[in-house]
Amino acid sequence: MAAEMTIDMTKTFSGRASIQARLRYEVEASTVLILFGPSGSGKTTVLRSVAGLEWPEDGKIQFLSRTWLDTRSGIRVSPQDRLIGYMPQDYALFPTYSVAGNIGYGLGALASHERYSRIAEMVELFQLQGLEASKPRELSGGQQQRVALARAVAPRPLLLLLDEPLSALDAPTRLQLRGELRILLKQLAVPSIIVTHDWAEALTLGDMMAVMSEGVVHQVGKPHEVFSRPANADVARIVGVETVVQGQVVENTNGLATVTVNGTRLKGFSSDVVGAAVYVCIRAEDVVVEQEGSGITSARNHLMGRVRGMTPQGVTVQVTIDCGFPLTATITRGAVEDLCLAPGASVIAAIKAGAVHLVPRSG
Amino acid sequence: MAIWVTFKLACLTAGVLLVIGLPIAYWLTFSKWRWKFIVESVVALPLVLPPTVLGFYILVAIGPHSPVGRFYTDVVGHPLPFTFEGLLLASILYSLPFAVQPFAVAFEQVDRRLIEASWTLGVSKPKTFFRLIVPLSTAGLITGAVLSFAHTLGEFGVVLMVGGNIEGETRTVSIDIYDEVQALNYAGAAKTALLLLAVSYGVLLLVYAMNRKVLAVWPQK
Repeated sequence: MAAEMTIDMTKTFSGRASIQARLRYEVEASTVLILFGPSGSGKTTVLRSVAGLEWPEDGKIQFLSRTWLDTRSGIRVSPQDRLIGYMPQDYALFPTYSVAGNIGYGLGALASHERYSRIAEMVELFQLQGLEASKPRELSGGQQQRVALARAVAPRPLLLLLDEPLSALDAPTRLQLRGELRILLKQLAVPSIIVTHDWAEALTLGDMMAVMSEGVVHQVGKPHEVFSRPANADVARIVGVETVVQGQVVENTNGLATVTVNGTRLKGFSSDVVGAAVYVCIRAEDVVVEQEGSGITSARNHLMGRVRGMTPQGVTVQVTIDCGFPLTATITRGAVEDLCLAPGASVIAAIKAGAVHLVPRSG
Repeated sequence: MAIWVTFKLACLTAGVLLVIGLPIAYWLTFSKWRWKFIVESVVALPLVLPPTVLGFYILVAIGPHSPVGRFYTDVVGHPLPFTFEGLLLASILYSLPFAVQPFAVAFEQVDRRLIEASWTLGVSKPKTFFRLIVPLSTAGLITGAVLSFAHTLGEFGVVLMVGGNIEGETRTVSIDIYDEVQALNYAGAAKTALLLLAVSYGVLLLVYAMNRKVLAVWPQK
């Protein structure tokens, strides 16, 4: 049997949309699946069902060769017996236990010397030295997050489930921990499922991505593919970033970075060092389409290109421009007429540096 | 002598209620059974029933004509009513809501997400109860134990119905006061009454101070 995770579940709620999630993907040693969607899309319920904390009325949840839930044959494996590591959104650290006590909480089955050495190992891995005796309320947000992760990882779970792992942190910490979390997950080599509504987190952390809204899984695929080739209009609306291409930082002056994508140079804000591989993300509504030969503007990026395709969407038209890479722009019908746009026409796409989002790419 | 009987009765009642009240409160808090309000109401009955009514039913239930009473007599060799053991049983039932309700309130205040986190770490429900829920409910557990202790100190009707008035066995302080007044010994009654008042007030001071966090039992989150 292939190493797979299968989720096929129905759960109804009174007063809100029911969840009918169906998803299947291949699991390798460190595959990170992102459950992506707006709030209320049912992603947390799916994660909690995998954890065994919610019981779908109907369905099947299978992880590798283990069946955790099968309503037809009456299999209901308790959360205690699933051997998972679960980190809820606000960490749920045990207030009466110290940092070491929290990390060691799930290690009751180990002999005491093994337990102590495992706690020491976790303290070192998560850089919590000196905080072993502290109570959770004495820790900063970032430290609490690391303790929660250490506690979930300490019993060596088969699968790690993280619910919005970075959302409780302030913006600078979140940015820093995003990269660290990716490295850590690869280092731990545990498959994981991460719930998020942040597209930059999805791109940084995910190997696979499932897009959800209103309780339904719309698309499963590699993150940059999902972003650049959404399966339908719903997915495109949910992810909200139409252009995601791979690039490389070639210059960085005080945070204004120059990246090349397929030979085309773009400027954007980034702290990434020269040589770093990044995803270049541009929202279609941030792209201004100009006729060739117009004057100088404040936009830092003026990309020469040709119109490849035009898709009307109500009052707007989605225009795909080939400027070394496919770039999507959303403009009004009036603008299309004024510019006399047609497939093959030469245009300039102007994008402000602030609208070129650079997301580090690794692993 | 009456003071010793009262103190022994109150301590044993509070101790037994701590043991049997915890599972009842846990069940009342976490059970999803839709008819559990029936059990909740039964537990709360002693709050509203006149002690004489409760005492009367207990007396009938453990008397020599009931199966329970006959069984007890067969096993132990003497009937249950008008003994210290009978009195203890009546006190436990009479003080049940005073223990169970603070326990249940404390359990309800424990964040569900902490309990779920414990389960996902492989810790069983009973172990989660002792390792997580009990330490987080200390204030409520102490409140319940202290209230059932204090409530037993002052009981009168149930004691009289089930225990009678046997010196050294079932005569408690409250009955002693009643006897003194009947014998027109007001000075003796006043002395005992003042003692009961002081102890009861002291106990309530402790409970309220704990609930107002003046005396912190556990550091807050």
